[in-house]
Amino acid sequence: MTTTDSGVDTLADVTSSEDRLRRFLLGLPGVDQVGAEARAATLSTRSIKTTAKAYALDLAIQMIDLTTLEGQDTPGKVRALCAKAKRPDPADATAPQVAAVCVYPDLVATAKYELKGTGINVASVATAFPSGRSSLAIKIQDTKDAVASGADEVDMVIDRGAFLSGRYGLVFDEILAIREAAGDAHLKVILETGELVTYDNVRRASWLAMLAGADFIKTSTGKVSPAATLPVTLVMLEAVRDYHEATGLHIGVKPAGGIRTAKDAIKYLVTVNETAGPDWLDPELFRFGASSLLNDLLMQRTKLATGHYPGPDYFTLD
Amino acid sequence: MSRFEYAPAPESRAIVDIKSSYGLFVNGAFVEATDGKPFKTVSPASEEVLAEVSEAGPADVDKAVRAARKAFEKVWGPMAGRDRAKYLFRIARLIQERARELAVLESLDNGKPIRESRDVDIPLVAAHFFYYAGWADKLEYAGAGEDPRPWGVAGQVIPWNFPLLMLAWKIAPALAAGNTVVLKPAETTPLTALAFAEICQQADLPPGVVNIVTGAGRTGQALVEHPDVNKVAFTGSTAVGRAIAKSVAGTDKAVTLELGGKAANIVFEDAPIDQTIEGIVNGIFFNQGHVCCAGSRLLVQESVYDEVLGRLKRRMETLRVGDPLDKNTDIGAINSAAQLARIRELAQIGEDEGSERWSPECELPAQGYWFPPTVFTGVSQAHRIAREEIFGPVLSVLTFRTPAEAVEKANNTPFGLSAGIWTEKGSRILWMANQLRAGVVWANTFNRFDPTSPFGGYKESGYGREGGRHGLEAYLAH
Repeated sequence: MTTTDSGVDTLADVTSSEDRLRRFLLGLPGVDQVGAEARAATLSTRSIKTTAKAYALDLAIQMIDLTTLEGQDTPGKVRALCAKAKRPDPADATAPQVAAVCVYPDLVATAKYELKGTGINVASVATAFPSGRSSLAIKIQDTKDAVASGADEVDMVIDRGAFLSGRYGLVFDEILAIREAAGDAHLKVILETGELVTYDNVRRASWLAMLAGADFIKTSTGKVSPAATLPVTLVMLEAVRDYHEATGLHIGVKPAGGIRTAKDAIKYLVTVNETAGPDWLDPELFRFGASSLLNDLLMQRTKLATGHYPGPDYFTLD
Repeated sequence: MSRFEYAPAPESRAIVDIKSSYGLFVNGAFVEATDGKPFKTVSPASEEVLAEVSEAGPADVDKAVRAARKAFEKVWGPMAGRDRAKYLFRIARLIQERARELAVLESLDNGKPIRESRDVDIPLVAAHFFYYAGWADKLEYAGAGEDPRPWGVAGQVIPWNFPLLMLAWKIAPALAAGNTVVLKPAETTPLTALAFAEICQQADLPPGVVNIVTGAGRTGQALVEHPDVNKVAFTGSTAVGRAIAKSVAGTDKAVTLELGGKAANIVFEDAPIDQTIEGIVNGIFFNQGHVCCAGSRLLVQESVYDEVLGRLKRRMETLRVGDPLDKNTDIGAINSAAQLARIRELAQIGEDEGSERWSPECELPAQGYWFPPTVFTGVSQAHRIAREEIFGPVLSVLTFRTPAEAVEKANNTPFGLSAGIWTEKGSRILWMANQLRAGVVWANTFNRFDPTSPFGGYKESGYGREGGRHGLEAYLAH
């Protein structure tokens, strides 16, 4: 991998043809599965206490993309979620706001209205989420709809079928097209790592998405198991770190799905801190796609401040 | 936004109950030494005196060997294998039950980080006892003949780098095979061996089966030279190993020696780079580099040298050096003032010979024995830091161009304990493993241990194998 002053030019070259792109992606250093999982396990043993825990809990809350992506979603459900996003803990005004609310495109307008003036972004999934199995025209229109309704951030899915069959150019072009359709909206590219399966694929897909102009790379839709895991996120953090070294650009990372406890969230923050580095400990560069995680963070936050756990009934279910 | 500073997360010392003084463990009881002066064991992280320990003189060693002989003849030797297994299983379970206490005690006395004593040392100790407990009633299937017999009394001398783990490597197979033992722990780290003596009492192990005699070189010499010891097992420096080999020459004692090393950790250009960096770090900074099989010579293919070095240094910036009892500590204290002096001396020699020395910025505690993680670049085969075992957190980096050159450099050492290979190419791993003259060859990992896997050296790294079925054979006469 080229990591010099001329890194930007060299990387522009690799996307000049499908053949070059393919050779570049296949030439990335491999990921040893055992080693990557062992590293993630070691990082999980960090013990985060007292002041460090208080910092981590508040940071994690600010990094949440509070998400509802169900067929049964309604404007009422989204309004409730937005209320929660603005004031996560009804009993404690010092609890920070979350980063964004993440919904399907048809509910973007509702969320946008509810969150006006709060600084909380509206993120919309798009591109025939979650499978991505639709024509490019539909995906582009889906994205444009979301943006027209006011989405600040677009979470697109890649075509995993194309990726797994080695048609990297197709995946690349599709991301480029969505990038363009999304306009000024922040683009998060969902790799759906549960379907890519190997860490080598995760690393290649991460680079592919970054080269195509992703602002964020995101693990999962939450509709496929396994969703986010710590080793997958580790590999993606290594990719953004290396991309930064090559280009000077900061790309964000968003693990999504399956992160439910404050303890888990803290493991991710430790991994961010010791892999990509402190620059990434910022909602601009790291997000959690989650819903139930928020209540556990709030509960642990209250425990840390008061010394005792309030019951779960003291936190709102939205 | 403020940085993510990890607050101190110390493991509590309250769980350990260190006595102010300890006797010798002979014939199932703690007894006063009769002909040695007591000595102090300190916490290397703070130089605080932890306890006073008895020194066993020749008369004390003799008592211990007699107790072991009697137990061998009357109880342990005649006992059915399945009954010996029960005791070993019981010991293994007691170690698990007391795991946290043993981990804290080990970190206090040795200086190693609690993360390692808790997650590596103590679980492996229990695993060794469980593993060899399973062999005790199956000795005839161990490949040592139809009716393998124990040697009798084993005299065992162990080092300070993995105090309780080395005890387990020695005692578990010896007892499973039907031997009784007299074991001498290192003088700087006797406390977990004495805690193990308590565990033997707790397990109702018959008196004399395990005897622990504390002391330094004089005690060890009395033990290995005792005429009624049948089997000598030693782990430690090559110099002492050589002296032991001389002293038992001409006797009918069986000997196994596990000695020093200067392992090559070989990185090819197609290595899985991020895991390789972890492997290099784990290879040399695990246990402060106090590891006989440490990957202390890094051989990097020239085509990826800059990238590997750059990434290694960046990774080393994140290593946390400090209080061994802090759960977030990666590198603890150097075990003793003497060892620290040795590391400093060799590091100075490295500089004097013209190698470039680099350490990340790290604040070392004022009290105690500390050495920062250190990398030497521009090292050649002729330099002393590429040839001598430093036994500290000091890595010497060399380069190579072809696989054949890597093999040649890796083997160009009087030692031959371990080696590491980093490449995504399976065929090259197999080819290299065949060429490397080292007892253990790790592929895309380093410093991995398992009770089922034999361990031992070529050349000046010693002879005999510990662990697995091979380790059992060392305690069987056949």
